[in-house]
Amino acid sequence: MNKIVKKEHFSANVVKLVVEAPLIARARKAGHFVIVKVGEKGERIPLTIAGADVQKGTIDLVIQGVGASSKKICALNEGDYITDLVGPLGQAMHIEKVGTVVCAGGGVGVAPLLPIVEAFHKAGNRVIVVLAARTKDLVILEEQMKANSDEVIVMTDDGSYGNKGLVTNGVESVINREKVDLCVTIGPAIMMKFVAALTKKYNVPTLASLNTIMVDGTGMCGACRITVGGQTKFVCVDGPEFDAHQVDFDEMLMRLGAYKELEK
Amino acid sequence: MTQEEIIAARRAESWRDELRRSKKAKERMDLVRVKMNELDGEYRSHNNEEVNLGLTKEQAMLEAQRCLDCANPTCMTGCPVSINIPTFIKYIEKGDILAAARTLKETSALPAVCGRVCPQEKQCEKHCIYTQKMKKEAVAIGYLERFAADYERESGNISVPDIDTKNGIKVAVIGSGPAGLSFAGDMAKRGFDVTVFEALHEIGGVLKYGIPEFRLPNKIVDVEIDSLRKMGVAFITNCIVGKTISYDDLHADGFKGIFVASGAGLPNFMNIPGENLVGVMSSNEYLTRVNLMDAANPESDTPVLIGKKVAVIGGGNTAMDSVRTARRLGAERAMIVYRRSEEEMPARLEEVKHAKEEGVEFLTLHNPIEYLGNEQGRVKQMRLQKMELGEPDASGRRSPIPIEGAIDTIDVDEVIVSVGVSPNPLIPRAFGGLEVTRKGTIVVSEDSMRSALADVYAGGDIVRGGATVILAMGDGRKAAAAMAENLLKE
Repeated sequence: MNKIVKKEHFSANVVKLVVEAPLIARARKAGHFVIVKVGEKGERIPLTIAGADVQKGTIDLVIQGVGASSKKICALNEGDYITDLVGPLGQAMHIEKVGTVVCAGGGVGVAPLLPIVEAFHKAGNRVIVVLAARTKDLVILEEQMKANSDEVIVMTDDGSYGNKGLVTNGVESVINREKVDLCVTIGPAIMMKFVAALTKKYNVPTLASLNTIMVDGTGMCGACRITVGGQTKFVCVDGPEFDAHQVDFDEMLMRLGAYKELEK
Repeated sequence: MTQEEIIAARRAESWRDELRRSKKAKERMDLVRVKMNELDGEYRSHNNEEVNLGLTKEQAMLEAQRCLDCANPTCMTGCPVSINIPTFIKYIEKGDILAAARTLKETSALPAVCGRVCPQEKQCEKHCIYTQKMKKEAVAIGYLERFAADYERESGNISVPDIDTKNGIKVAVIGSGPAGLSFAGDMAKRGFDVTVFEALHEIGGVLKYGIPEFRLPNKIVDVEIDSLRKMGVAFITNCIVGKTISYDDLHADGFKGIFVASGAGLPNFMNIPGENLVGVMSSNEYLTRVNLMDAANPESDTPVLIGKKVAVIGGGNTAMDSVRTARRLGAERAMIVYRRSEEEMPARLEEVKHAKEEGVEFLTLHNPIEYLGNEQGRVKQMRLQKMELGEPDASGRRSPIPIEGAIDTIDVDEVIVSVGVSPNPLIPRAFGGLEVTRKGTIVVSEDSMRSALADVYAGGDIVRGGATVILAMGDGRKAAAAMAENLLKE
């Protein structure tokens, strides 16, 4: 049982929960995730850790209420408990000084991108963040990103804020004006697919941090398997970070839809 | 006293001597082996009730008479945890069932579990004098074990084994499956301060996530875990050693010995086309959803795909558990697809028999080579290569050879891949200095289960790469004996 000490609304259906988890706070690194289960009959779902405070012994989770289980988590309030929380899981993101890094995040994927932005910036890289959202109200963490990077480019689908266009337009504008050594992308699978296709065209090495269906999160079930460079990989233990140019995003999208009919 | 001396001394007790003489060996041998009472195949294939109902006291006491109380009980050599088999059986014959249950608990942390899931026909019963010398059916040791354990539990007089004086030495167990629980029980008995760390939200490992309710009800496992709690064993769930806390953290917390029983984590796939289609999944995933997460219950938030035409690939116990689960969840066609013949199947005979009674089809000498999907990416067909048996391979079983051109295509809407597991890589990756095989299993010395790290012992599937509950328990017992000796010496 882990207590929720703070809840913040980022947008209509995106919340940030600060959760007591001292051991995870101490052990986690950028890129790690946790498995969360709410209620005795709850589902185990993976959530990438968006931040941590070692002194206070807390971790930050940012959740978008899309399915039944994520809505259940979003409905929790300060003082409530998360029934089961385990982590940190997965391999930490590989952080080193490479030069200029473009970090492209979309939707709720912006949250787990924050610790990665922080880490690359701390490692001495020039970090440019491209934040994408459908509309102005859905742009999250802009201030925190600004504080931890060299530049933030905001893209909205409807042009209500920042530049009008998709995340790929933002990334392409940076590639066209300066040398980019690495791109990191987190967001909906379809978004990462297009970011990967774009950066491949420009030969910019790209890492994607994937979020798939999982049950145990420790390598036991294989629900999270994807194809990378023609080989089956488990996102939970081999990832969640992969060479985006090698990931079969179409297969991943298909597998993400496995329970769509049952969710209805 | 040596093991042989203990066996002889207990056999020489006067009550036992009298009991032995009370009936002629010939009379004992003329008795027919008891049949397990079980639910009707058709009835049970639509629910989750336990298939085997156990023996009545009368049945058990009569079956116990069959045991000849041999001076040299060869049955015990077949038991990985060395249960004193004649002693517990003779207590049953005498009618002192609680004493029989206490005898089981001397060496087994989970008698009610072993009585249900051990492959007795390959262990104790294989070494029974009836099998060995008389070409008759063995004494039903497994049924009797289950009877004694169930009787004790249902009587409410659950005994807690004697515990040595607390020695204050802390030991950690990684994983709460059969190896870990067996180790924990033995160390607690020896007076150690035992903490078990479990990655999942439930205690029990494969006993909870893997073996289905109809074969091993969760409440049976919980009672055995409760006994360990009463013995002072502490359990911490949702804690992954190597992730949540490190090897060094364990040292800092004062743990002097660590037993790694983290199990066989990664499910194997066959790497054939279409294996990542929706509806194709590992038996670990399928069984975990249904057993651990209770996904078939409408109140559970966890979904599970329900197939009408389900193929399970493999011939082991896990394959049988999966196919029988599929049948219970409403599969009209539930099929075992196995590349060898039935004779080579590694599953327990009873599981194969039960599966057949429940309407499971067996497509032996068939091997999947491709899965085909519909527009949504859900599996709709599988292509099966027909096989024939050739010469024996390294495992001693006749190896399957494809029959050229003989390929069948059959309709399926769900496929459960149950072709074995590989060790969980978490611990080998997190503990620097362990010696690990090419397959990813931890190398230990065979007699002590000690690894290349002096304070780390390991057992169960992380060492064996995929075996049985009872072999895992045997490892736990062996490791406990060796670690206790070392720690008490220091």
